[in-house]
Amino acid sequence: MPVRAASVRRMVAPTVAVLGLLFGGGLLLAVLQTIGVSPFVGRFDVSLAAYRQVAGLPGLWASIVLTVWVATASTVLSLGIGVSAAVALRRLAADTVLGRATLFLFQANLTVPHVVAAVGAVWLLSQSGLLARAAFGLGLISGPQDFPALVYDRAAIGTILAYVWKEVPFVGVVTLSLLASVGDRPGQTARSLGATRWQAFRHVTLPQIRPGLIACGTIIFAFALGTYEVPALTGASQPKLLPVLAYEMFTSHTLADRPAAVALSLTTAAAGLGMILAWRSLLTGARR
Amino acid sequence: MTAIWSIATPVGDKPATVPSAAPTKRRAGLPLLLLVAWLVVPLVPVVLWSVARGWFFPALLPAEISLAAWARAFANGSDVWRALGTSVGVSAAAAALGMLIGVPAGRALGMHAFPGKRWVEMLVLAPILVPGLGVAMGLHAVMIRLGLTGTAGGVVLVFLVPVLPYVVLISASVFATHDRAFEAQARGLGASSWQTLRHVTLPMVAPGLSVAAAFAFLVAWSQYGLTLLVGGGRVITMPLLLGQSIAAGRNDLAGVAAVLTILPGLAVLVLTSTLLGRGGRR
Repeated sequence: MPVRAASVRRMVAPTVAVLGLLFGGGLLLAVLQTIGVSPFVGRFDVSLAAYRQVAGLPGLWASIVLTVWVATASTVLSLGIGVSAAVALRRLAADTVLGRATLFLFQANLTVPHVVAAVGAVWLLSQSGLLARAAFGLGLISGPQDFPALVYDRAAIGTILAYVWKEVPFVGVVTLSLLASVGDRPGQTARSLGATRWQAFRHVTLPQIRPGLIACGTIIFAFALGTYEVPALTGASQPKLLPVLAYEMFTSHTLADRPAAVALSLTTAAAGLGMILAWRSLLTGARR
Repeated sequence: MTAIWSIATPVGDKPATVPSAAPTKRRAGLPLLLLVAWLVVPLVPVVLWSVARGWFFPALLPAEISLAAWARAFANGSDVWRALGTSVGVSAAAAALGMLIGVPAGRALGMHAFPGKRWVEMLVLAPILVPGLGVAMGLHAVMIRLGLTGTAGGVVLVFLVPVLPYVVLISASVFATHDRAFEAQARGLGASSWQTLRHVTLPMVAPGLSVAAAFAFLVAWSQYGLTLLVGGGRVITMPLLLGQSIAAGRNDLAGVAAVLTILPGLAVLVLTSTLLGRGGRR
């Protein structure tokens, strides 16, 4: 049924205005600030000093490498574990008590704020955490110092595990609904034609759920790249992840650091988007 | 329907391969048990710390269980009361504003084709892909000018950036399955547009929209970086209080804060699954 264009415009206008002003406007002001333009302070000395300051930050490369490592590892692990869990859950145990419990925990976990996941990871994985205590009780270690540094560590294992813990249920729930919409038929047909279970999944089911999984991975990657609280609570003091570095520069007492902090945030976001686009075109290219 | 809640209905039909079903089910036990353990274990120390007193290495369990931290948390005028109030207030306000602004857009995106639709969709998806910290840093100077930094109002305003995409996307998927013929019928029978909205449209989309509102609330409730940046340490929500307790080395208070930070999500989960159970099935 045709609807007048004017009424549709009225429906989308508030959202477009608010997101345009807050998101688009914020982004624009952020970019302006990094090139020395602050219209609300009346400063118009255009320069790339902020970007030069970022490029000259000591330890910048270590932070970049670590940030990309955390985002990539979190995305890959979350997708791998989440999809396997969903497949196992659907094929084997959708109607058992254990299956239902897992499903409930998936959904419950989705609602847990990331900051709680980070705190839980610290209390579980640190050298005086629950796992270290269990290892001591079993006689595997003779003191906290023997337990491997899993949080505040230079490889950011704790940060990655905190993200993975949060994102596995997200991937699992999305995969379950993707699998439900594909149905069991295509896989069963492949099986009856002689494919092994893995072949049926790899060549028949996976291609159909792939777009959904790529979207899922994109969200996780972007999130792990830009979130402050998880690395702030679980990360090492050196090197810092980029969002932590940017936040600390922005709130430092040196106001002159602010444009550089914004430049760092924006560069991270832009690089992230670039990586996402490259990754997506690689994945969709590989399908052909 | 979008993934997040379609799962609240039982997942699909059973596989038809009957002969192998029984043994594989038993084999599924161990991996699933591991999965359940993996999902639960990080929350164990959270709950234990909230009732622990002097819980030092290498004790696996607290030597003494104490409710002192809980008593302190709920004493009159405590930080926890204040943070709870702030969290509920800003999250509810952001969710309500988000619904008011976003649901009409969701309806337009879900039910109509219109010129520029792609651009609106991109604008709605962009905040999910671009980290909000840079955007908030850009807004910071304007918000100082407007006197919004360090105020709950300013925090609510920036919360709209992460909240709106969820409201629009979820309500778009609600309206995508909504049949306009019912509204045309009502209008044809002489109902006013207000009566049609009140008595036909709203009852039909209410369960789905409640889910959108619940998610909007949770998205706002979980925010950390934006609150810190725009709130400037003066707007302390539950996640921030948790961070402060950790920084202060008060694990017992942090345990209480963490448990209280999880609770609304669980409440929302129960609420939405009953709502969907009642009205959301096809």
